[in-house]
Amino acid sequence: MIIAERKPLAEIAEMLKPFQKICILGCGTCVTVCLAGGEKEAAETAAALSLLRQKEGQKTEISTFTLLRQCEYEYIDDFIAKNEFDYDVILSLACGVGVQTMTTRMPDKIILPGLNTKSMGYPVEQGVWTENCLGCGDCVLDLTLGICPIARCSKSMLNGPCGGSQDGKCEVSKDIDCAWHLIYERLSKMGMVDRMNKIQPPKNWSTSHHGGPRTIIREDVRLETGE
Amino acid sequence: MKPESNLEKILTSGHFAVTGELGPPRSAYVDEIKHHADAMRKHVDSYNITDNQTAIVRTSSIGVAASLLQMGLEPNVQMTVRDRNRICLQSDLLGAVSFGVRNFLCLQGDHANFGNEPQSKNVNDLDSMQLIQALKNLRDEGVFISGEKLEHPLPRIFIGAVANPFADPFEYRHLRLAKKIEAGAQFIQTQCIFDMDRFEKWMEKVRELGLHKKTYIMGGVTPIKSIGAARYMQKNVAGMIVPEALIERIKGAKDRQKEGIKIAIETIQRLKEIEGIAGVHVMAIAWEEVVPEIVESAGLYPRPKVD
Repeated sequence: MIIAERKPLAEIAEMLKPFQKICILGCGTCVTVCLAGGEKEAAETAAALSLLRQKEGQKTEISTFTLLRQCEYEYIDDFIAKNEFDYDVILSLACGVGVQTMTTRMPDKIILPGLNTKSMGYPVEQGVWTENCLGCGDCVLDLTLGICPIARCSKSMLNGPCGGSQDGKCEVSKDIDCAWHLIYERLSKMGMVDRMNKIQPPKNWSTSHHGGPRTIIREDVRLETGE
Repeated sequence: MKPESNLEKILTSGHFAVTGELGPPRSAYVDEIKHHADAMRKHVDSYNITDNQTAIVRTSSIGVAASLLQMGLEPNVQMTVRDRNRICLQSDLLGAVSFGVRNFLCLQGDHANFGNEPQSKNVNDLDSMQLIQALKNLRDEGVFISGEKLEHPLPRIFIGAVANPFADPFEYRHLRLAKKIEAGAQFIQTQCIFDMDRFEKWMEKVRELGLHKKTYIMGGVTPIKSIGAARYMQKNVAGMIVPEALIERIKGAKDRQKEGIKIAIETIQRLKEIEGIAGVHVMAIAWEEVVPEIVESAGLYPRPKVD
């Protein structure tokens, strides 16, 4: 899933200053699970923002809605069809993908981001979400039996732990597990530690964002125009 | 091909090598570092020049290397993969070789979080292992990482890497060294040794695999200047072990600085006795003036001349 965090209220208030009629739009999937931009957070943001603007004497009309997904036309189109839109601005509480998909579908509206999109990862426990995939486009989890050194090693190393790994922790922070320590332990347990002795060649980063923005086109499943 | 690097000549002819280390300044004023280099010119075989160490912006390692060569001194250019992608690393290598640098030390580099530009991008296009291999392929195969050929063969360079026996997982550290040797590391400089027991345990594993016969291992030695410096290394530098007993020993000494120097000399003397140790790398950054005394007292002076 995609993990995000709501922007600080002050930043949201600042970007919404020029506007009066505001729509705060929650998103019902990933950001609901990570408690950043779902229905509940949309309502909370609306309440906090109203209070703040009231204090500052700004005229305000805020409505809230929540789509199941702001990243798919199907849900956006349904939403547009069922609602009248005379807002000055939409504050999207979706991830960066949702904000942009909304923008392509509503090109004459101003849609601003209410969240900072952080990473692809998973909920470890209540209140903890962690990154574990960078979307590099060339998965190496087969080499490490399921622990990603690209996303989880602070230096994205491919050939084992650096000299800053101590007591299983990364040099960057004691809150970060050393991915290569975890990989070493996992491979040892599986009797496959010799995998770490093979030199991994330089990675092809062109399959990642470094090759430019990526689009996948599957001709076999595409619909021809008019079909 | 004959070695062109003095360090390579010293090591291949069986002498116990001594290298020093210089940390470039946070300015383009290099007179002071040149002065430090000059003061130990008779005491070290080659000078490591750090590459923006602890991710703090400094004069480039290659820039200082140019100054050293003009002074008739031999640089060992440290190259981390933190700040440069493979285009820049290979290009900088060629540039440095073009004006006479022959020693290169490949490192990963401290994370940029530690430095004075914590908001920067960490490049890490290659890792340190891949950089070692890239340098070897440039020299031995005459090819870039892409597989394209160099237009002209590279002169003989001497390729180094680092090893940290004090980092974890300990059981993997000698295997990582084996991998670096396979990648092309001809000499190894270790992290500063304060925990000699752990170092010797690591060396046992190194010898079991015969790695000491496949590369030249130089033990890292740092004289402790103050209790504060020791505490800093103990608490804030990941992958370093500074035993409490060592700090207590310095604390109890009449002259703490003298004791720090004495410990460094003792460390070198122990290293000289360890099978498979080919030299020492003295890292006395910000305390360069004590290097001659340490080298002399450790019985490593005068330095051999090899042609």
